[in-house]
Amino acid sequence: MVDAGTKKTLASIPLLKTKAGPRDKDLWVTRLKEEYSALIQYVEMNKSQDNDWFRLESNKEGTRWFGKCWYVQDMLKYQFDVEFDIPVTYPATSPEIALPELDGKTAKMYRGGRICLTDHFKPLWARNVPKFGIAHAMALGLGPWLAVEIPDLINRGVVVYKEGGGGPVTSS
Amino acid sequence: MTESLENLREKIASLEKELQQEKERNDSFKKREKIAEMSSEVVDSNPYSRLMALKRMGIVENYEKIRDYTVAVVGVGGVGSVTAEMLTRCGIGKLLLFDYDKVELANMNRLFFQPHQAGQSKVEAAAGTLLAINPDVQFEVHNYNITTVDNFDHFMNRISKGSLTEGPVDIVLSCVDNYEARMAVNRACNELNQTWFESGVSENAVSGHIQFLVPGETACFDCAPPLVVASQIDERTLKKDGVCAASLPTTMGIVAGLLVQNVLKYLLKFGVVSSYLGYNALLDYFPSMVVRPNPTCEDNWCRRRQQEYAAAEAVRATQAATAAPQPQQQEEAVTHEDNSWGICLVDETPTEPRTDPAGGTSPVTPPGAVVGGLAPGIRVAYDRPAADGAEDDSDNRGAVGSSAPPAPDVTLEELMATMKSL
Ligand SMILES: [Zn+2]
Repeated sequence: MVDAGTKKTLASIPLLKTKAGPRDKDLWVTRLKEEYSALIQYVEMNKSQDNDWFRLESNKEGTRWFGKCWYVQDMLKYQFDVEFDIPVTYPATSPEIALPELDGKTAKMYRGGRICLTDHFKPLWARNVPKFGIAHAMALGLGPWLAVEIPDLINRGVVVYKEGGGGPVTSS
Repeated sequence: MTESLENLREKIASLEKELQQEKERNDSFKKREKIAEMSSEVVDSNPYSRLMALKRMGIVENYEKIRDYTVAVVGVGGVGSVTAEMLTRCGIGKLLLFDYDKVELANMNRLFFQPHQAGQSKVEAAAGTLLAINPDVQFEVHNYNITTVDNFDHFMNRISKGSLTEGPVDIVLSCVDNYEARMAVNRACNELNQTWFESGVSENAVSGHIQFLVPGETACFDCAPPLVVASQIDERTLKKDGVCAASLPTTMGIVAGLLVQNVLKYLLKFGVVSSYLGYNALLDYFPSMVVRPNPTCEDNWCRRRQQEYAAAEAVRATQAATAAPQPQQQEEAVTHEDNSWGICLVDETPTEPRTDPAGGTSPVTPPGAVVGGLAPGIRVAYDRPAADGAEDDSDNRGAVGSSAPPAPDVTLEELMATMKSL
């Protein structure tokens, strides 16, 4: 089951309407606008709740996404590159979010640094096609993954704090 | 300075000598010449004699026909590589291999690849090995991810024009390890009206399956949630701490064997091709069933192929009153009587009783329902939402919710700029 916090977050992210993937030309543009609107709203909400934790942008076709995500522990900010492609079968299938620099550092990853999602993610995504978008994938997939894996990676000394690399703890 | 230069010269000379020796050693390996025609002559130099014996024994009518066929293998991992090797040894005409991954030492618990190939692309490494095993086979390899927009078009093109005669390949074999890639293969095959096989091994390594998909005639991969073999393990207590997936060379080899066996039966027209065949390794149990298409499938190419198939069937029916009823259908009917689904469901599945799809009177198939029900030992990986598209509202659904974002009057560029400025 999804934890209460994640559930609350999910409920606050706008649902999307247009069932269109990157091969659908005009409809995909409509979908992309919904994606961006939902993401903007989600990030703004995170900021207002002092829980800002990622930034994303895409190429102009909206097929390749990249950005940063970060995790704060003991007032130190650990930041990672995040990237993914939108699969041709999107939104029937979710994007596969990857943190390439952690590839090979944890068993909770598939090849290429794609994060290993919980058993709950895929059923939940499947039940919410086409209403779930990238913002939902971040909230339901990457957020909980970071919360579980990064403390463990820090603990094991696999991830170390980079002075200045992560920027200030307080998000700007 | 001069001294170190002298040292380097010596080192080069020694390395050159070593390289020359290595080359000579490689040249001394016997490479088999191409064989123009398959012969059934039993001599120790004929790699096809035991295969051609199938013909003499009356199992296969015309084994040589295998040389006319082209097979596309998507995913050259634990199942795909072994599949490709079996087809190569059988003397298939042409193989197309698709995979974006590299060989890693972490793959060495599986068959086929060897430690010295670590770092090479899987398709290049595989083609090298396979060509040495059988130079009569033609290979075409593509080192990319088929699920991205750019590659997908190229993938579709090769499936439709990649055969020995530059037509559609004879069969596509999905040997990938993830849902996204399976869905991409499904989309391509529905669109191209391409017959294919799906294969898979569970993440706990103790079950697997193969599924035969003929667009319009059988269920497509999107007609129902993925069908998986019930593992007798309570999925809720399955420990997934610290790992994504386990794998065994045994399970993968068995699934590859079942897959290629059915490919051979399909191509060379002998025996019966399984529609869905599961493998439960813990019980050595092989459930099988026929999976019919879902008229309300989300994939519109699937629905179109179903209409085409129904029309063609109608024509056939008028032409001849043949078509023997399939024995499996009776078996299915029995299944519904005691268990409307014949399945166990995952944690989050709604527990309220559902209408029995086997009631037979309902004209509309519930979405997500497997048309015709499920055989014992096979279940759906998860449930899908109700047909009415009602807002998910319960805990069970993992409900979510605010309204959709207001259809923005702003352009996409403006939204992108806003996102960037946050
Ligand atoms: Zn379908």
